[in-house]
Amino acid sequence: MSWLINLSGLALMALIVWWFWLAGAGKARRATHGAVDIIVDDGVYEPAVIESNAGEPLSLRFERRDASPCAEQVVFHGLDVSEYLPVGETTTVTLTPEQPGTYRFTCQMNMYQGKLIVH
Amino acid sequence: MRTHHLPIQGATCQGCAKKIRTALGAVPGADEIQVDLDEQTVTVRGDARPEALTRALAESGYGVKPAPEPEPEPEPEPESEGSDSARSGGDIQLAITGATCASCVRSIETALGGVAGVREASMNLADHSARVSGQAAPRDLIRAVESAGYGASVIDDPRRADQEREEREQAHYRQLLRHTGYGLGVGAPLMLWGLLGGSMTVQPGTWSQAAWLAVGVITLAVLAVPGRPFFVGAWKALRHHNANMDTLIALGTGTAWLYSMVVVLAPGLVPEAARHVYFEASAMIIGLISLGLALEVRARGKTSAAVKRLLDLRAKTARVLRDGGEQDIPVEQVVAGDRVRVRPGEKIAVDGEVEEGSSRLDESMLTGEPMPVAKGPGDSVAAGTLNEGGTLIYRATRVGADTALARIIELVKKAQGTKPPIGRLADQVSAVFVPTIMLIAVAAALVWFNVGPQPPFSHMMVAATTVLIIACPCALGLATPMSVMVGVGKAAEYGILIRQGEALQTAADLDTVVLDKTGTITEGRPALTRVLAADGDTEEEVLTLAASLEAGSEHPLARAIMTAAEERGLSPRSVSDFQALNGKGVSARLDGATLRLGNRRWLEQEGVTLALQDQAAALSEDAATPLFLARDDRVIGVLGVADRIKDDAAEAIRRLRERGLRVIMITGDIQASADAIARQAGVDEVLAEVLPEDKAREVKRLQQDGAKVAMVGDGINDAPALAQADVGFAIGTGTDVAIESAAITLMSGSLHGVADAMAISRATLGNIKQNLFGAFVYNSLGVPVAAGLLYPFTGWLLSPVIAGAAMSLSSVTVVSNANRLRFFKPNKADRRTADGRHDS
Repeated sequence: MSWLINLSGLALMALIVWWFWLAGAGKARRATHGAVDIIVDDGVYEPAVIESNAGEPLSLRFERRDASPCAEQVVFHGLDVSEYLPVGETTTVTLTPEQPGTYRFTCQMNMYQGKLIVH
Repeated sequence: MRTHHLPIQGATCQGCAKKIRTALGAVPGADEIQVDLDEQTVTVRGDARPEALTRALAESGYGVKPAPEPEPEPEPEPESEGSDSARSGGDIQLAITGATCASCVRSIETALGGVAGVREASMNLADHSARVSGQAAPRDLIRAVESAGYGASVIDDPRRADQEREEREQAHYRQLLRHTGYGLGVGAPLMLWGLLGGSMTVQPGTWSQAAWLAVGVITLAVLAVPGRPFFVGAWKALRHHNANMDTLIALGTGTAWLYSMVVVLAPGLVPEAARHVYFEASAMIIGLISLGLALEVRARGKTSAAVKRLLDLRAKTARVLRDGGEQDIPVEQVVAGDRVRVRPGEKIAVDGEVEEGSSRLDESMLTGEPMPVAKGPGDSVAAGTLNEGGTLIYRATRVGADTALARIIELVKKAQGTKPPIGRLADQVSAVFVPTIMLIAVAAALVWFNVGPQPPFSHMMVAATTVLIIACPCALGLATPMSVMVGVGKAAEYGILIRQGEALQTAADLDTVVLDKTGTITEGRPALTRVLAADGDTEEEVLTLAASLEAGSEHPLARAIMTAAEERGLSPRSVSDFQALNGKGVSARLDGATLRLGNRRWLEQEGVTLALQDQAAALSEDAATPLFLARDDRVIGVLGVADRIKDDAAEAIRRLRERGLRVIMITGDIQASADAIARQAGVDEVLAEVLPEDKAREVKRLQQDGAKVAMVGDGINDAPALAQADVGFAIGTGTDVAIESAAITLMSGSLHGVADAMAISRATLGNIKQNLFGAFVYNSLGVPVAAGLLYPFTGWLLSPVIAGAAMSLSSVTVVSNANRLRFFKPNKADRRTADGRHDS
């Protein structure tokens, strides 16, 4: 009996590691005509992974539905871009990533997490 | 040639008559048009088709409608972005153009009232706006007004949008409080029951099993209603391979509830000693965390107070002089080139240039400078500043998002979102934080299972739940941004614009300040410093004569003399035979005598007897240029003109030096005059005769010697040096400064801004460190204790309820600590003495 509990505990830990760190981060959304609509609600950006090409202007329209202060701001790490998202409104963030790479965009506290993959 | 008589309605004034004539005149064949306002008819002669006339009349808004027409189906148009949908339900405000009389009001109101979904429409002729309530789409309203013969556009009232936003935030706050009530309302009585000795265990087959089942269902309701956001958030994040605070709370409360439910429903599966229920923990945690979030919402409102204060500076309306009249219009409608009148006590609506009038403006809200600034024709005025004196008429130069105020707001908002490097570690940690905590929780449970005391299951459950609940990613994530937000806002209050969070950190540990001379230490324009009169003449007489001579000259030195004469209330007399000799001076005739004002060498050449030479030499030593005034062949006075150091420069430099900074002045001037200014300013070192393009190289040289260098300059000529420095400070006079040119911009010309900026940076950085330290210590102590590390030594195992309370307290503490920064004053005492000197 006890080996079963230990084994399932270890399996659970392996599952956590695999799911949150090793498995892919879900489907990416390619920007169509340089624009993507992103819904900010319930602790996630939807879609959370955006693909784009280097040098192309990108406008991300964030619609914030979550009134909790966590969602208040979106920060693009490594791009020096941040924007306030007034609750109940759509805020457009325009940026042109020049260097290919993966840029994280998060709320101030890193609870909302998204990725911008630039090819 | 035919004659048509058409009925009209609503036309009561000549303006309406003109509109009707214009509308009908556009119809082909309408040769002669007469409007009879008394009879409400219009007579048209010509070959025009009657239908065309009727249509034109209807379009002008004065036609008689036979019967209400059915609204045409709205064209399927792509949904315009965001703004439309966001506005539905609220009032819409329209700016109306072309309405000149009371009857226009009626026809516009009728037109708006006919749009589907409009509950009420009222027009205000005074400010040419119409307010419409109901569910109508703005574009239908605009179309209706346009078809009535007027123009309309939606006024985006930022204030109203702010108000709505605030209402939504308030609603969120109240909801959190309600959730707190539900959670604690269910959890607290249960906990009290346990504390007062009531049984928290399940005896199978007795009444307690049924009672606990009922409690379990009630607790499920708590998880499902007030706890819903956590579970929804956790589930959505999980699907994205993400984990956040919601995940921890949902897992913690969910585990406690599930375990308890197993105990209630199948007590046989659990050893007798472990038949303890933890429903109170689930409910209490939901309640406590909702309370924490509510307190956080409250505290957070204050962190953005600085931006709100800036937003409140925006004027709502402007009194514009158009078409020979004056009208108050919403500030959004002011266009560049409009002439705007501002009366005493009113705010400047848009950036502009004064055309008429003179007044004093309080610019302290933008520059932090407490002294009002005198404005007259040609001076620029900035939106948001307060007119304290007389009436001004200015021409709008920059409106809307281009005004200095709008750009400042934008900059402050952006800067508040950036992070100094010190926050990066916390970012990296919080990115992997939640899954790590989950691993620790499972590991702790396994350890309790294998080596813990009996009964293992309840201990496993308590340890895992407590670990999940006590861990607070929020405190870690909030530590840096909250302080940056308050710090950047605080700086903005003092007229200091910090562009990046990085500058905030770098500015805190600078050791060398390089100050450009012209315009930074000095005023940047020559001014009269001394007037000396020879025996038999007075200073007033000397200055009056000098001003009379220079009245016709455009030379900067001449302007300095004219300004000084004006300040002392001396009016120049008129002279004849004015002559300006380049590089020498000026001469003219007054009351039969020849007056000359110029340098010593020229007067010597002209054979003038010199006087006051010692005093003139002293002036030169103080970096002033002595100008000799001669009447016929005798010097009667000497005027010292210099680019004076700013009133508070020496004081500010003393402050910097007291902070342990090495202060260096850099200038293109020759060594002697640079030394003179340096002596007055009290700097440590002087770099003289440096070409403008070499300033950046000098900064680099200092950096290579290991110095952390701040460069302070005007942002235009010094741009390369500002960029080279560790922190560039662009110093401006008033609101004209190029705010994008440096990491930190000082809106006021005062060098105190440099010291203030450093003080604020240090305080902010200190605050961030406290927050980070607190958050790291809290988590790295809290998690092991929750896992039961102390149990083998002391027998302590934290209750999940205590963990919930600790967790909500920790993030509130971080936000509150950041809020303490709002009361920070960068060396107030120093500033006061400087201001006092300024006053005298």
